Amino acid sequence: MLDIRSLSRRFGAVTAVDRVTLAVPAGQMVGIIGRSGAGKSTLLRMINRLTEPSEGRIFYAGREVTALSGKALRDWRTDCAMIFQQFNLVQRLDVLTNVLIGRLNHRPGPFGTLSSLFKRFTAAERAMALEALARLDLADQALQRADTLSGGQQQRVAIARAMLQEPKILLADEPIASLDPRNSRVVMDALRMVNRQDGITVLCNLHHLDTARAYCDRIVAMQSGRVVFDGPPEELTPSRVQEIYGVSEEEFEEQAAAEAPLRRAAAAA
Amino acid sequence: MSGLAASDAVLRGEAAFQAARRERRRATLLAVAIIALCLYVSAWMSEVSPGVLLAGLPRVTEYFLRILPDLRWAALFADSETEGSLAHWFYRADAWGLLLLETANMAALATLGGAAAALLLSFFAARNLARSAWSARLARRTLEALRTIPEIVYALIFVWAFGVGALAGILAIMLHTVGALGKLFSEVIENADMRPWDGVRAAGGTWSEACRFAILPQVAPNLISYSLLRFEINLRGASVIGFVGAGGIGQEIYTVISFNYYEEVSAIVLMVIATVALIDLVSERLRHRITEAAGVR
Ligand SMILES: Nc1ncnc2c1ncn2[C@@H]1O[C@H](COP(=O)(O)OP(=O)(O)O)[C@@H](O)[C@H]1O
Ligand SMILES: [Mg+2]
Repeated sequence: MLDIRSLSRRFGAVTAVDRVTLAVPAGQMVGIIGRSGAGKSTLLRMINRLTEPSEGRIFYAGREVTALSGKALRDWRTDCAMIFQQFNLVQRLDVLTNVLIGRLNHRPGPFGTLSSLFKRFTAAERAMALEALARLDLADQALQRADTLSGGQQQRVAIARAMLQEPKILLADEPIASLDPRNSRVVMDALRMVNRQDGITVLCNLHHLDTARAYCDRIVAMQSGRVVFDGPPEELTPSRVQEIYGVSEEEFEEQAAAEAPLRRAAAAA
Repeated sequence: MSGLAASDAVLRGEAAFQAARRERRRATLLAVAIIALCLYVSAWMSEVSPGVLLAGLPRVTEYFLRILPDLRWAALFADSETEGSLAHWFYRADAWGLLLLETANMAALATLGGAAAALLLSFFAARNLARSAWSARLARRTLEALRTIPEIVYALIFVWAFGVGALAGILAIMLHTVGALGKLFSEVIENADMRPWDGVRAAGGTWSEACRFAILPQVAPNLISYSLLRFEINLRGASVIGFVGAGGIGQEIYTVISFNYYEEVSAIVLMVIATVALIDLVSERLRHRITEAAGVR
């Protein structure tokens, strides 16, 4: 059980995440929705500590995640894998090596790190990576460079990398925002597969309400850093959306989609 | 009506354009005047005067005339015992060839060692990867110090410490190379895409693993290209560093110049130019290959 207590993050005068409290039982698939700038990414990045919280605490299985550092922090990050809107693969490395990055923290001691630095992976590790790739229908692309793959394929490579971490939680930050509808479906199906078959808790930022309704057990809606709705998909009716965001569902999705490319440009700069 | 309005706009635009151009010209003139004044002052302070230059010029040409070999057409291809033959001019070509090889070796070793050390330090010095403000500052100051001191100063120190020979030269060039390349390397790293970095860190990778997997593959072609460029520079450095006894062809050049073996000066200089040009050519080709291969995708 992931237990988030009154978590906040400020960037200067902006409060990106504002006293968010959430309890996520193991094995749940949670969709987090909200307009661009609502604080979804910041919330996810605080969970695996890529971004440090300003206030509040996070617990997992009785352990305080927000107090971890060093090796313990790296172990926690391995336990809660992350996939990104822009896939965040190493473009100039082959697919297999990209997937093996998920094993880095499973190789104990200074000797493990040293052999990693020389890219020495064992046959067993390679077998594990190839199996994960095969499961995501990518076995034939294992030796291709990541930058030769389509967006949908790259996101599945990222999921395979996450699987090699053998995580308990999977954080997905707008995993389909850069993909066309067909690839979006393939990637969301893959996320649901690891949720259902492997029992991995999934937290997924989305801005398509229909996608969230179709795939998630629970939907959390955010607005200006605060949680404004938390419940099962059936309860998030069009009239409820109108009530929360003050616009119709179509307008809400248009706004979210129109702002996405802008943010991508800002992130690249 | 509209024609009148348009021509009015043209007039106003043209006037504004002329004013802007006058302003720009004034600024350019002022800058040129200031630079000229600075040049004059610095020349006056370092006692460079046109008179000295003019007096010295004929002597430069005289020196070049003197080092020209005394070749005779009839004996051009005779053996080295015959005066006026090419073989006589280059009578020590084999020894100089060996010295040139040693010089190229010195440059290669110094570049290799320097690039390796620069690579390690540059990850610490790059602002986007800095582990702590403290270690980043230390790495940057170290690189700065290393490249501020000229090779020849290092060479003097090492010749004193390790004695005359190539080792002193290699170490001297290597230290300067660490500083020069380290700065360039860290700037390349600072321009790297940080998304793969987040990817590796989020997977539980350590700082060094993130450097290795997320950054190095991105920057490697650029780093290799910069190292080859540095090798070309080091080759020139290695050919003069022998002046202070630090190995290579420089020592020989120094000897023949100071003993006024005029013909040998021109022979050696020609060989050095040929070698350097050849290696430059090959290295430049390589660099273009590398940057092109990296840029294609
Ligand atoms: N690194 C940062 N520096 C400054 N402001 C940031 C940073 N990251 C996010 N923000 C701000 O925090 C707010 C929430 O951003 P974000 O979490 O990316 O929202 P979302 O993912 O829902 O679009 C925005 O106003 C954004 O400008
Ligand atoms: Mg976001």
